[in-house]
Amino acid sequence: MTTETLRTTVAARRTGVVTWARARPLVIHVVLAASALVMLYPVIWMVVSSLRPGNEIFRDPGILVKDLRIDNYRVGWNALSEPFTRYLLNSAVVVLGSILGNLVSCSMAAYAFARLEFAGKKFWFAIMLLSIMLPIHVVIVPQYILFSHAGWINTFLPLIVPKLLATDAFFVFLMVQFIRGIPRELDEAARIDGCGRGGIFLRVILPLMVPALATTTIFTFIWTWNDFFSQLIYLTDPHMYTVPVALRGFVDSTSSSSWGSMFAMSVVSLVPVFLAFLFGQRYLIKGIATTGIK
Amino acid sequence: MSALGELGSLRGKKTAGQKKDNLAGYLFLAPWLLGLFLITIGPMLASLYLSFTDYNLIQAPKWIGLDNFTRMLSDERLHNSLRVTFTYVFVSVPLQLAIALLLAVVLDRGVRGMAFYRSVFYLPSLLGSSVAIAILWRQVFGTTGLLNQLLDVVGIDGKGWISDPSTALGTLVVLNVWTFGSPMVIFLAGLRQIPSMYYEAASVDGAGTLRRFFSITLPLLTPIIFFNLVLQIIHAFQAFTQAFVVSGGSGGPSDSTMFFTLYLYDRGFGNFDMGYASAMAWFLLVIIGIFTAANFLLSKYWVFYDD
Repeated sequence: MTTETLRTTVAARRTGVVTWARARPLVIHVVLAASALVMLYPVIWMVVSSLRPGNEIFRDPGILVKDLRIDNYRVGWNALSEPFTRYLLNSAVVVLGSILGNLVSCSMAAYAFARLEFAGKKFWFAIMLLSIMLPIHVVIVPQYILFSHAGWINTFLPLIVPKLLATDAFFVFLMVQFIRGIPRELDEAARIDGCGRGGIFLRVILPLMVPALATTTIFTFIWTWNDFFSQLIYLTDPHMYTVPVALRGFVDSTSSSSWGSMFAMSVVSLVPVFLAFLFGQRYLIKGIATTGIK
Repeated sequence: MSALGELGSLRGKKTAGQKKDNLAGYLFLAPWLLGLFLITIGPMLASLYLSFTDYNLIQAPKWIGLDNFTRMLSDERLHNSLRVTFTYVFVSVPLQLAIALLLAVVLDRGVRGMAFYRSVFYLPSLLGSSVAIAILWRQVFGTTGLLNQLLDVVGIDGKGWISDPSTALGTLVVLNVWTFGSPMVIFLAGLRQIPSMYYEAASVDGAGTLRRFFSITLPLLTPIIFFNLVLQIIHAFQAFTQAFVVSGGSGGPSDSTMFFTLYLYDRGFGNFDMGYASAMAWFLLVIIGIFTAANFLLSKYWVFYDD
């Protein structure tokens, strides 16, 4: 890209004339690169600032690091009532439980909708699609009452059990779309070989829908990791705090002097999301594209 | 693919043994059905009931008829929260979709490094809903934040964007627009499905870039624009985390970022006024329902279906 850019510029200088057709790709690249930089600048700056001494955050808008300081991380890790490791572990438990729940329950429901014929299927399918749009606020109050009667406040159960019951209908829809693309001849062949409904699901459909399962895993990971509203409501004991709830505690309890450590822990909380994005972007982009297009 | 799938399942209906599938169908559906009734429909009905009661979690719910709803009519803070939410939805969603569409069209022209740009533009969609980014926003738009530091370099005196009630909501709009990546990816996938022969034919007829965009790209993309619009409006009505964290949980300054959802949280989980919060929740559901229905009704005037 750079050599090409250079060549275009040099050629342009030599002739003194730049035709629009020639300059266009260059202009587009400059505009795109500039907008990408503007978009990501605050995030990059946050990472850099977290590695600077405390008060620099309010003085240095640049993104050059002269000397790396990990003090903010050391201080931030132990700034709250529990070490940050505790919050990371809590989040990990909620995330793993949610992933497992979504994979099992959503794939089962999706198989039923995509492949099995049963009375009332169209009705349930419509309900499922509608439930994707349902605001969580409509159910949160009674859910809270229900789970508090069950003694589940300050446990991870209110966050995990709904996933075991396929309440993330978005993923059911995503998997239905995917299963529909698997040739039915494969089901027929397995049936002739003596497979029942369960056998076809376990031995034919599941292995072939690994890409959809991967998409579900990555989205569940990121969304649960970032989820704040339900974790804020159900987790009030600092011992049970997940990362987002703990970070929010930072906002409440700290003065401006500890922005450095707050930034540091924010960066820590973004690392898993960034890694999931880095390794899973193929599935993420395919996932939104297919559910958007049908 | 969707239509073919429907056809395939209809064909299956005739050949497969109906009775056996009923059992298997409901067995596979069992976890979802259980969740539907226990976690979704049950609580929905319960919250409908609670919306007609006075309930503080400790004493038993007391039936008060329509009192919660008449109270909503005269609740100034609630009216303000509606104004804030509507402003947020109707400013940020069109802006976000316009930028998403613009960049999708530019990237679709076969720009070298397209996959790289797509990833970079998509990343904020994943980060945007996190508490960490809300904390970053709090700093960036603060009195001594990044934005004012940068403005200072070019000699402009900034102000406390978040502490000023006239600009606080604007910072949240910027945050929502910042996450244009996911509608952009959906637009990109939609653009891929437009047959290139349309463009070739138009070029032969002498249509320029703009003409091709308005006569081919835009009409053929309307179903995708519609899908994104419905989704993003529903999404924006439910925004919570960012306003909550940026305002330090208060919806301030002077209620300027008090979203409807924040006020609902404040009533329900701040004051344990669960009856009122339930009434508010149903009101929100009705609002979202009306806007979604209106979207669908209006769609026949501007959404173009090729097939």
